[in-house]
Parts: sequence; C-alpha cells; structure tokens
Amino acid sequence: MTDVVHPVHGEVHRHPAPTSFIRKYVFSTDHKVIGIQYWCLALFSVMVGMAMSALMRLQLGWPGQEWGFLKTLMPNAAETGTISGELYLSMLTMHGTIMVFFVLTTAPQGGFGNYFLPIQIGAADMAFPVLNMLSFWITFLALVVLLSAPFADSIAPFLGMDAASNVIGPIGGWTGYAPLSALGERAGPGQGLGVVLWVTSIALFCIASLLGALNFITTMLNMRTRGMSLMRLPLTCWAWFTTAVLALLSFPVLLAAGILLLLDHLALTSFFIPANEYVNGKLVTDHAGGSPILWQHLFWFFGHPEVYIAILPGMGLTGHILATFSRKPIFGYRAMVYAIFAIGLLGFFVWGHHMFISGMSPYSAIAFSLITLTIGVPSAIKTFNWLGTLWGGQIRFTTPMLFAIGFVSLFVSGGITGLFLGQTSIDLPLHDTYFVVGHFHLIMGVAAIFGMFAGTYFWFPKMFGKMMHEGMGKLHFLLTFIGVNAIFIPMHIMGMAGQTRRYSFHWNPVTGEGLHYLSNMTPLTRFVSWAAFFTITVQLIFLVNLVWSLAKGKRASENPWEATSLEWTISSPPPHDNFAGVEPVVHRGAYEFSVPGASKDYLMQTDAGGPAEVHGD
Amino acid sequence: MRIVDLDPAIRNPQSRMPATITTDIGMKPGIGGGTGRGPSGPGSDDSKEWPPGWTRDDALEPQKYRIGMWVGLASVLMLFMSLTSAYIVRGVPALNGGLDDWIPIAIPAVLWFDTIVLLVSSVSIELARRALRQNDYASFKAWISLTTLLGVAFLAGQVAAWRELSAQGVYINSHPHSSFFYLLTSLHGLHLFGGVIALLYVTVAAYRMRIGFKRRTAVNVTAIYWHFMDGLWIYLFGLLFFFR
Repeated sequence: MTDVVHPVHGEVHRHPAPTSFIRKYVFSTDHKVIGIQYWCLALFSVMVGMAMSALMRLQLGWPGQEWGFLKTLMPNAAETGTISGELYLSMLTMHGTIMVFFVLTTAPQGGFGNYFLPIQIGAADMAFPVLNMLSFWITFLALVVLLSAPFADSIAPFLGMDAASNVIGPIGGWTGYAPLSALGERAGPGQGLGVVLWVTSIALFCIASLLGALNFITTMLNMRTRGMSLMRLPLTCWAWFTTAVLALLSFPVLLAAGILLLLDHLALTSFFIPANEYVNGKLVTDHAGGSPILWQHLFWFFGHPEVYIAILPGMGLTGHILATFSRKPIFGYRAMVYAIFAIGLLGFFVWGHHMFISGMSPYSAIAFSLITLTIGVPSAIKTFNWLGTLWGGQIRFTTPMLFAIGFVSLFVSGGITGLFLGQTSIDLPLHDTYFVVGHFHLIMGVAAIFGMFAGTYFWFPKMFGKMMHEGMGKLHFLLTFIGVNAIFIPMHIMGMAGQTRRYSFHWNPVTGEGLHYLSNMTPLTRFVSWAAFFTITVQLIFLVNLVWSLAKGKRASENPWEATSLEWTISSPPPHDNFAGVEPVVHRGAYEFSVPGASKDYLMQTDAGGPAEVHGD
Repeated sequence: MRIVDLDPAIRNPQSRMPATITTDIGMKPGIGGGTGRGPSGPGSDDSKEWPPGWTRDDALEPQKYRIGMWVGLASVLMLFMSLTSAYIVRGVPALNGGLDDWIPIAIPAVLWFDTIVLLVSSVSIELARRALRQNDYASFKAWISLTTLLGVAFLAGQVAAWRELSAQGVYINSHPHSSFFYLLTSLHGLHLFGGVIALLYVTVAAYRMRIGFKRRTAVNVTAIYWHFMDGLWIYLFGLLFFFR
C-alpha cells in the first residue's frame, strides 16, 4: 500500500470562515478556537485552585495565625483574619473540585484534544461542531455555578431562601460524601445551598463532558483522512480516544449520583440518608433507609476512571514528545496502544480500592486489590517503553522534552505508592492521611500538569505561531520539578506519621492545641508550605513566558520541532479549515524517525517517497 | 411529486446510495486508509468513491450520525444502569426482609396502555422507514405521523399515571419504591420527549416534501433512538413492577 502515490484529492468543499467577532471568538464552532477556550478556562481555574492551596498551606503551616490581608480579602468569611475550620474545608472542596474537573479534565482533553485531534487525523473539524461549542459553553456555565457556590449566602435571598449561615461555600471535599452532603443545612454550615450549587455544577459538567466524549469518539472513528489507518495514528489520538470512552461510560454514573443527591436535597427523598442519623446534636427523623455507601460506590465508579481521564492524555503526549525529541520511533507502538486500552478497561473494575475503609466485605476488597495491582502491568509497559524510546536516542533537551521526562519521573514516583495503597492491609492505616494526598497529587495532579506544560510548550508554536522562550521554559521546568517534589514527597512521611487529611490544623505550637503526637511534624509541615509558596511563585515564569512569547516570541515555522504528524504539515497557526481545503493523504506511521535510507532523520506522515514504512514495533 | 431539498443522490439517480455510506466503520473504502479498504469497495479511483457533486462531508454524514447516536446511547445506557444498581442496592435488602419501608406501588393501569402504545410505535416507525426506502412518500407521511402521535400519547399516558399516583397521595418522597418510580419514569420521559422532538422535525419535513438525503439519515437515526427508548421502557417497566 505504501508505495502507491495517491493523487492529491484536490479542492474539496470549504466552509467560509466566520467574520463577526462573536461567531469567530465567542460562540465559535471552530475546534481550534474551542480548544483555546478550554485551555484558557483551565488556566483561569488553575490559578483559582492554586490560590486556594496557598491559603490552605498558610493555615496548615501557621494554624490560627491572624492574617491582615485576609480581613480585607474575605471580610465575611474571615472576619478576624484567621482561617476557620469551615473556611478551610470550603477552600479544600473548591480546590479539589476546580482542579479535578475544570483543570485536569478540561485542559488535556477539551483543550489540546479539541485543537489537535481533528488536525492529527487530517479532518477539517470535529464531527459535530455545534455540539462541540455547546459542550464548552456548558462547561463554562458549570464553572460559573461552581464559583458562585461560596457566595451561596449572598445568592440565597434572590432564590427566595434564607441566608442560613455566614460561612462560605460547599463543604464536603470533591468527593462530597453522603449523608452529610445530602442532609442540607442541618449537617452544618455550607451544606445547604452551597452543596446544591456544587452538585448542580457537577451535573452540568457531566453533560458537557458527555457531549464532548461523543464528539471525540465519532470524530476519530469517522473522520480520519485517506491513509490514516488506526495503527498509523499518533499515540496522542489513541489517548484522547480512550479518554473519551472512559468519560462516556463514567460521567453518566456521576450524573446519576448527582441527580439522586439533588433529589435528597430538593425533593426530600432518602437515597443516601439512613434512618435516625444523629447530626449536629439533632436526630434526623424525616429520612429513612438510604445508603451512604451507595454514594461512595457510584462516586468512585466514576472517580477512578476520572483519574485516567486526567492522566491518559498526558501519557499519550509524553510518548509522542519522547519519540520526537529522541529522534527515534516510539518503542513498541502497538504495546503502547494496547496498554492505554488495558489501563482504561481495568480502570472500571477497581473503584473499590477507594473504599477499603468503608466496611466493605474483605472478599470484595481482595478482588479490588488484585485488579488494582494488575494495572501496574500496563503502566510498567508504558514506563519501560518510554525509557526504551529514550535509550540510545539523540536526545534534544527542549522544554517540552524536559516536561515529558518530568512526567515519566512523576508517574513513577507517584505510581509506586499506588502499589502500597492498592493493598488492603497497607491502605487501612494510610487511608485518610497525607500519604494518600501525596500519592494522588504526584500522579494525578502534578504528572498530569506536567503533561499540560509539555503540551503547551510543544504546541504553542502551532497554536499561536510564535516560539516560546526556551531559557525561561527550562528555568520554569527546573524550579517546578524541584518544587513539586519538595511539596509532595514529605507528605508521604507525614502520612506515615499519622497526619490526617482534611483537618484544618494538626498541632498548634502556640496554643498547644491539636494532636500532640503530631507536634514534631511542625517543621516538616512548614517546609511543605514554603515549598508550595515557592512552586506557586515560580509559575509566574510560565505566565511571563506566555505573554512575552505571544508578543515578542520568534515566529514559528511550519515544523519547528522537525516532527512527523499532520499538524506540522500546515502553517502556524493553521488556517480556518486546517488543511486549506486540500485533504491530506497519509503514507506512513507517526513515528518515522531516523529511518535507514531516508534523506533526513524524520519522515512526515504525508511523505510518499523514500524508504518503505517501518513500524515502531 | 415536488422535492425541494434536492440532495446529491437525487441529482445523480443512478448512484442513489454510494457504497461508502452503507459499509461499516471498519470497512470504509477510501476513508481510513490502507487497512480499512473493503474487498467490495470501489477501487482507488477517487471519482468512484462518491458520485460527482458530492463532497467528502456528504459521504461521511450518515455514518457520522449513526456512530454518534450509538455512542450517545451507550452513555444513556450507563445512566440507567447506574440507577438500576441503586435500585438493587436499595431494594434487595428490603425484599429479603431487612427493611420494612419498601412499599411497592401498584401498576397504574394507564401504563399498560402506554407499553402497548410504545410497542406499536416501534412497528410504525419501521413501516415508515420501509416506505421511505421504497420512495413511497404517502405511506411514509402516514406512518411517521402515526409514530409521532403515539409518542405524544405515551407522554400523555405517563403524565396521567403520575397524576393518578399523586391523587392517591403517592409522591416522590413517600417511600423508596415511589422515589425510584418517579425518578426512572421521568428520566425516561425526558429522553423520550427528545425523541418526540426529533420525530416532529422529521414529520414536518415530510409534510413539506423535504425528505432529501440528509433527512433520510435523520429518519434512520431517530428510528434507532426510538427503538432504544422503547426497549428501555420495557426494561424499566419490568424492573419497577416485576422486581419489587
């Protein structure tokens, strides 16, 4: 097949580019504009989420301290300038929800996936452009609803409800465990309208993600260009596709759970509320028979695939970037694709490992534990294939490459503790400690964020037509890599010392309040706080780099990285319909680097001549 | 017969349905490349893959909507499966005598009528499709209108069932079985309402003689959705009233 030179298909029907500002930049159906919109939404969200974590670290490091700026910043929630337990928990909830949904789920999939999936498969747009626009704007609406949740008390009078408390926000963590999340104000401040807005936001987000997933799957199955067979697809496409399948099958479950929780709030049903709950000094008598564990099952049936929704796009991108800058074909292309499938598939059968301490049967715990540890196999396949790709390559240490290598490092150091937590006997004491916080922040949080950074540095030239500043990029990588390890590695030690999660403080050395057995953890806790402030500060380098590069960056050529996939065959930034009306024809796989007999060290997927196609496997 | 919305297939009657759009996902001649080339597909000569006047989008269109529909239905299925699991978690201990608050509601008689209505509508939409395949527009109009009416009748019956129950004092928060009844039937009703909107769109198009190529796709995709909603109803009916 490969030596057949297809005639260029010629001009196909072109949709004219919209000219009005609203249709072009706001309610655009162009997947590239929508991708950038998602990316900007994630950038905004990550800054909000980071601000929350800074305030939380302030409280954890110096509990009970009065902060003058808080008095001016939050006159209602922090009247005295101290961070109360409720305020802390509210920020914790907002931090988790914003980061998981509006950063980790939107940027890698909605942002980069939207922008580059159609281009990498050679299509002019997504399969359903209007649906695509809708899914972004519903996501946007969900974010607005979520951000309004902390101001529930100011909103309540407008909805004809009482302003029940003077405390901000939804309180329940991103997991919103029932029954407290289902009981309303009776369960404490922030549990009424705050939680209703929180769960409404999540339901909206589910719908948006479902529309997006439907679009991704259809696009990849149906819109591939001539010659783009499945095994010629870049790994990024496989990752986005698998992510979309996971989203398609897991978000409906969260939606169902959200609907049940809303009904418990608004229609006074008892899906999650058992009889005779004793809460806040009062006996709850108007509910009976519900199951709080049901919420955990439904939530984690979604929650575990969600972890892979966050990390898989980063994994695909890491393979893509490692091959590009090692100037070698990806090691074991097929194995990489099947490993992505295996991780996605197994991810649906392990939700119970989040619930080992829920009182579940030890027999099901063993089954969940076994399947959980099995995920180590495809994960190891991916890790070793990444290393195999690097081995003997002519590595070019560009900024995206550094972040991709950083991803591998964080994936290993975050993943290895997954082997601890996947075993019931070790999980029981470590659950609900900082060990878990460190584990999931390394693997799901920071590794995925490194994937996003890698994607930004890699694709910025294509998206905006300007190169990013390499010096600032490398400095950003170095300081961030040191910073995140300084934050999250000590958390494992704190966890083993018994430092509990979700407490607004553990030991107050000034007043002598708190858990005395954690008094010697204070220096470590403060170190982590300083490391967090340091890491947040060095992100300014990234922001400066973004602005500087947009304004003054070197103009990017069509293919500045000498990469092979289709997005590098078109101008930077691409024209409205991606391929200027000419349908690209693909002749070889995505990772044809250093092919013997070729005139240069890489062959584009569209290169018809030269040596025959070689597979990476 | 005046056909306003001339589609490419009608402009080129000798190639009404190109092979491209009838083959499966894995058998896309010319699309999807080397490994995807089916044995019965047209050769590599571009002009044979879709008729003159067609764009690649035209050829991809029907498949796109069909794939999109099945993918969407997978997520609808997951929604109802997760609610089923909630139903089982709540119901099984009660059925085994663990909790005494599980008071099953009696089947509102109108729901038997609704079940029959929905089953008949599945037959009528198939007859509509067959009429359209045979270009028998008069029958198509009749059958698709009947299907739409049956859809509306189902929703009316559903509302009647809710009213009947609330008149008896059975509300969503009365007891767990009524909670699940109201929840599952209203979610199904909401999805079916979407199907009725789609049917209305196709019916109006039929009366305005606008059943071109793209709307044939709309008819086919609506039929898939309608059958699914029918099957889902039978399932929910069985779950709610024969597993309680």
